[in-house]
Amino acid sequence: MEMELKSIIESLLFSSSRPLSVEDIRQVIQGVGDQSEDISLKVFQNVKSEKIEQELRLLQDEYEELNRTWRLTCVAQEWLFVCLQEYAPWIRFFTGERARPPRLTPPALETLAIIAYRQPITRSEIEDIRGVSVDGVMGTLLERKLVCQQGKADLPGRPTLFGTTTEFLQYFGLSSLDDLPDVSELRRYPMNPLQTVGEEVERRTVGKESRLEAVEPAIRQPEIFLNEDDNFENLNNTHE
Amino acid sequence: MAEYKIQLPVFEGPLDLLLYLIKREEVDIYEVNLTRIATQFIEYLEEMKKADLDVAGEFMVMAATLVWIKSKELLPVDRRSLEDLEEESTVDPRWELIQRLVEYKKFKEVSGELQRWEVEQEDVFPHQIGKQNFPIQEELKLNVSLMDLLRALNSVLGRMEERGMPKEIEGERWTVREKITFLKDTLRKYGRMMFSDLFKSAATRLEVVVTFLALLELARLHEVQLEQAETFGEINILDVSATSNNHC
Repeated sequence: MEMELKSIIESLLFSSSRPLSVEDIRQVIQGVGDQSEDISLKVFQNVKSEKIEQELRLLQDEYEELNRTWRLTCVAQEWLFVCLQEYAPWIRFFTGERARPPRLTPPALETLAIIAYRQPITRSEIEDIRGVSVDGVMGTLLERKLVCQQGKADLPGRPTLFGTTTEFLQYFGLSSLDDLPDVSELRRYPMNPLQTVGEEVERRTVGKESRLEAVEPAIRQPEIFLNEDDNFENLNNTHE
Repeated sequence: MAEYKIQLPVFEGPLDLLLYLIKREEVDIYEVNLTRIATQFIEYLEEMKKADLDVAGEFMVMAATLVWIKSKELLPVDRRSLEDLEEESTVDPRWELIQRLVEYKKFKEVSGELQRWEVEQEDVFPHQIGKQNFPIQEELKLNVSLMDLLRALNSVLGRMEERGMPKEIEGERWTVREKITFLKDTLRKYGRMMFSDLFKSAATRLEVVVTFLALLELARLHEVQLEQAETFGEINILDVSATSNNHC
């Protein structure tokens, strides 16, 4: 039987007990090719990540068209099947409430929105935008791991810079920061990007340990700058 | 007055209050008459004081800024000094405030969007898949007698008959020693296996017999444990090193 790459990907997603990243899928396909003598299993051995990504999007569209009660979706750069929200009452009755922390307060959401668009950002910059102190709110956001420290700004007193985390994307069900509305309008250049590169890498390594079985760094914030500043090409490569 | 106190809306900060006042005026932020808004803003602060609410410092700073803007606007243009005019063209406090308001308003809208997603996510259930290992029923452990084993062997041999014997006669390819090694390896890997699975790959009657002999040998040496969940049920072969007590 002639195997389709798309079908192989689908079977992996279907049988997986956790969301899969493009890199997870690529490693499986390469692993099977490396291990096997069978030429038909080697066809996709050296498949590129871009190709997998493309097939995932095709699959996603197919599920949309099939009009089933579930969809293929991408959250924080990882792919999984989810049920349509309309069926939540039944699923909730059956499986119980999804374990989620209490909802965020309006000040916390406002602060989070500012950080999401303007990261990396210092506490006083957030306060400038909001017009009020954010001390209490920042404590909550840090505790809930929705934001984290991302190095120091090259400003007097070297204030801490903050940015959003993978947990932020997961909590709101976002694929990446590009999913935020009006991204181009509200984003800006980071104040001093290169200053924070070292600490960024360190932070991510630490973050990875806490995420079970994470294969690739899930936060790819530097991507957001790609079109804006060539310097960030370098920054991005550091993480690949 | 007492009822009025309770009706005072709570604002996140001075910008939040300003946005509220502008919205109430039903004009575009860029068109707003800041002098009027300044008066309303200060009135609101007075109400807050009357209602015994703490007026945060940030509100006072904003009030001061508004009063300053108001005073500047009240001054006729021809009375202002040249320096003043030059300064204004670079930093117009009115323009600066409006820009801040516009920016704040955008973030406030986006935070509303975040809130919608937050609530939405409570209804998004991911596909779940449980671990599909053999169920371990500790309390249903029955020891297996030799009769049970023979009955099981007979049924396996019976199935071989049904499958029909291979046409070609092959040489003796299996030894008890090999099968013992195979059994030990498999058990070390999976911890347990089912008696019927043991013979799935067996091609001939001889292989079945050799495998069975290997199993008997391992049982005699107490290297495997044999269990049956129910009478005439499936016989499970367990790795003894993985379990604490030695049956057989």
